[in-house]
Amino acid sequence: MTQAPERTVPFEEAVARYEPVIGLETHVELGTRSKMFCGCPTVFGAEPNTAVCPVCLGLPGSLPVTNKAAIEYTIRIGLALNCSIASWCRFARKNYFYPDMPKNYQISQYDEPLCTDGWLDVEVGVEIVRIGIERVHLEEDTGKSLHVGGATGRIHGADYSLVDYNRAGIPLVEVVTKPVPGTGSLAPVVARAYVTELRDLMRSLDVSDVRMEQGSLRCDVNTSIAQAGSAQWGKRTETKNVNSLRSVERAVRSEIERQAAILDAGGRVVQETRHFHENTGTTTAGRSKEEAQDYRYFPEPDLVPMEPAPEWVEEIGSALPELPSARRARLQAELGLPESDITALRNAGALDLVAETVAQGAPPEQARNWWLTELARRANEAGIALALLPITPAQVARICALVESGELSNRLARQVLDGVLAGEGSPDEVVAARGLAVVTDAGVLAAAVDEAIAAKPDVAAKVRDGKVQAAGGLVGDVMRATGGKADAAAVKQLILQRLGQAGQA
Amino acid sequence: MTSSTDLTRLTAADMAAAVAAGEISAVELTTAHLTRIAETDVHVRAFLHVAADGALAAARAIDERRAAGEALGPLAGVPLALKDVFTTADMPTTCGSKILAGWQPPYDATITARLRGAGVVILGKTNMDEFAMGSSTENSAFGASRNPWDLSRVPGGSSGGSAAAVAAFEAPLGIGTDTGGSIRQPAAVCGLVGVKPTYGGSSRYGLVAFASSLDTPGPLARTVLDAALLHEVMSGHDPCDSTSLDAPVPPVAAAARRADVAGLRVGVVKELAGDGYASGVLTRFNEAVELLETLGAKVTEVSCPHFGYGLPAYYLIAPSEASSNLARFDAMRYGLRTGDDGTASAEEVMSLTRAAGFGAEVKRRIMLGTYALSSGYYDAYYGKAQQVRTLIARDFAAAFEQADVLVSPTTPTTAFSLGERVDDPMAMYLADLCTIPGNLAGNAALSVPCGLAPEDGLPVGLQIMAPVLADDRLYRVAAAVEAALDQRRGHPLLDDANGLERAGDADGEAVR
Repeated sequence: MTQAPERTVPFEEAVARYEPVIGLETHVELGTRSKMFCGCPTVFGAEPNTAVCPVCLGLPGSLPVTNKAAIEYTIRIGLALNCSIASWCRFARKNYFYPDMPKNYQISQYDEPLCTDGWLDVEVGVEIVRIGIERVHLEEDTGKSLHVGGATGRIHGADYSLVDYNRAGIPLVEVVTKPVPGTGSLAPVVARAYVTELRDLMRSLDVSDVRMEQGSLRCDVNTSIAQAGSAQWGKRTETKNVNSLRSVERAVRSEIERQAAILDAGGRVVQETRHFHENTGTTTAGRSKEEAQDYRYFPEPDLVPMEPAPEWVEEIGSALPELPSARRARLQAELGLPESDITALRNAGALDLVAETVAQGAPPEQARNWWLTELARRANEAGIALALLPITPAQVARICALVESGELSNRLARQVLDGVLAGEGSPDEVVAARGLAVVTDAGVLAAAVDEAIAAKPDVAAKVRDGKVQAAGGLVGDVMRATGGKADAAAVKQLILQRLGQAGQA
Repeated sequence: MTSSTDLTRLTAADMAAAVAAGEISAVELTTAHLTRIAETDVHVRAFLHVAADGALAAARAIDERRAAGEALGPLAGVPLALKDVFTTADMPTTCGSKILAGWQPPYDATITARLRGAGVVILGKTNMDEFAMGSSTENSAFGASRNPWDLSRVPGGSSGGSAAAVAAFEAPLGIGTDTGGSIRQPAAVCGLVGVKPTYGGSSRYGLVAFASSLDTPGPLARTVLDAALLHEVMSGHDPCDSTSLDAPVPPVAAAARRADVAGLRVGVVKELAGDGYASGVLTRFNEAVELLETLGAKVTEVSCPHFGYGLPAYYLIAPSEASSNLARFDAMRYGLRTGDDGTASAEEVMSLTRAAGFGAEVKRRIMLGTYALSSGYYDAYYGKAQQVRTLIARDFAAAFEQADVLVSPTTPTTAFSLGERVDDPMAMYLADLCTIPGNLAGNAALSVPCGLAPEDGLPVGLQIMAPVLADDRLYRVAAAVEAALDQRRGHPLLDDANGLERAGDADGEAVR
């Protein structure tokens, strides 16, 4: 379906006249070993319909049994988000028909969520924005439809559809924020910062691999705008299918621009679901509220209520790891790096790696440089996460130490890095095997220098006449002669000395 | 009468004892029942599927294990009729519905597996009202079963197929499910013992759900002891069913053998009598109460003021849950698929399939339930019904302060005629008037025959109700009544069931 692009107002104009309110509903697939209500494994990328059983296929007669680990993970999340944990709550059935929903109802939670009323502090530049958390609840994921044929990959126009139920029944946590007003032109950035912070939180809690590209973290973004200064909020839209951090920001931005145009023209924003399109960065209309489903929620009669014992909740709380914001503050203090570096490291997924490298004895600046430049580039080339490079922080620290002590030049250090990444062993082993140590033997170096001078008398004469810059060519010759293993600065010094220009370097 | 029909008339306890003693083989016993089914089921129509080969194979396995000196369970080698609502990996499971016709599940229900594990020989799957919704089996998509006492009458429902099979000596034991009375009411009108155990006492895993918070599997048998033996074999905690109780199975077989009510306090529920009850039902019920007094029970009258709201509350809760439970029948993964001509959308195929695959009563209840759960109506209907449920549970709690067990007629009338109530859902629903409160509260209840109604010569059931997990009390009382009445009569009640003989006369062939 192609829709004419809707009119928009430039963002800066829109936020000058209108005050946005945002809200986010984030689904996180939990990384439990087995599914929410059966023993099937929670694998990603397996052959379709191989991780299924009568329960997650919703076969007649099958019954769910709650995965205790999923409850524990959810409580962990709730506590980390400063929520109250219900002492008694139930699952509910959310009823609607869809081919990838095996039972045509989803076991979810309705008016009795496991965790309620918390908050998460989010850093936006130097500001901290406190995002209220409405609820955190537990539910099961659906299967995945693949629509074959047709141009859009959507169900409309498809020749046929295939459904993979491997995902059906994977535990899913939904984190719903309270409405966030008052962020003005920062609204898109705040939305992105919130999802980023939530992702880091989930990662540190070890409850999910939170990979947006694989769908283990999915986001619905609610946006409304109202005339600046108005006491009443506007009608909100819910944008689905927002599957990257960048898209979260773009989706809010695009909705603000679109809604502003409607209000400018004297129209009314329709409360509806909208779909986000990665390619254009805009949204198109989905279901409107008038067509909205009546989910006919009622308490799930196949399950007994959840009654987490207070001692258990306390135990989970006391075992919580250090949370990202606290960790960031601590690391910043410990590393002594500026805030902007910390942000850059966090965005690159390198904060832990750098901290560990420093803990292994590397100077913070050097550790940051290695991970953010050389290693980031190699990870990027290999298309993998930085942490998955086959090199440890301890090895990076050792390379830093070798450079520090003058045993390696930066150039040689990069070759050592190559060797380690190629699986040739530890930095010391690579140095030994490739013979990469800096040539520090004065005799060897002196011979090489004399040879270079003898080979190019005209250049040597220029240097003797005071054209010190000309020494560069000779340095290059010496470096080539030593296979790049000499310290270039030391070589230059030696050449100038020999040509009577000591102290000119 | 051939020797094989002799075998079919034994009690399950005697069959098991004879197999254990090596007097008869499980294969002989199974063959006798398969023969009986072949002869009589054309009239009774109790079975939807007879698994002759599977049953004989299971029987042979039992004989081999016995020959190898293995200790076998109390019902090893005894045949059984399984309601077609339990999944069976080697037999179709239809729930009496066209939408599941021919569906072969890939797994056994917990109860199916327990029966097999205990060496019980499953003869086949029995007829039922579609998805257990009904009181006569007339809502089965595959035609109604008949009452062996009178083939022009219904065997009750929804577990009417299992009840008819046991009453027709096609099987000594049957398994049914009771959501609003679906074991007790067919037991009552077929002259059998039928038990709804405490909710959670018997596993629902693999029982195709009608109303999850009410569905309870239980035994049907010709004697109280047989029912108790089956109760013990099929019950107990199941980790695959979250609502299964993690508690020991009450000692029901011992209670059935004890058969003594001396000093037991019996409460007669005032509200379960009066207008709408057939006079013959009340006559036999009152006699049974007198009998209990004679046997040493202390009889008192108790009041359960909210029982009158049980039926309306049930017809909100059960359809609500059903509307959700039955949503999965959508043609996508299994069962009937209608209208998939390459042009219809998935949504259209779902709709066409459900229109073609469900019967009228199932559709009625799906609509009732969908409505009751709708936004804006939930509080007035489903919510209110849940409050009634709490009040009924409180009525029970108060009554059990005064009495150890409660009694009432099982159903207001004897077996009604085929077709009599099919166009009058309310009349049909009234068959479960006395049994529904027990389902809503989740406690244990049983129906035991207490004679024949004078006006039509058809069986009347005495309902006994006990608190949660006090199922053994039911068996004490029922066994005492059974023993006293059998002694007074001089023979078991079912000896008087001659519907098949009369049918045989009419057909000019011997069916018994």
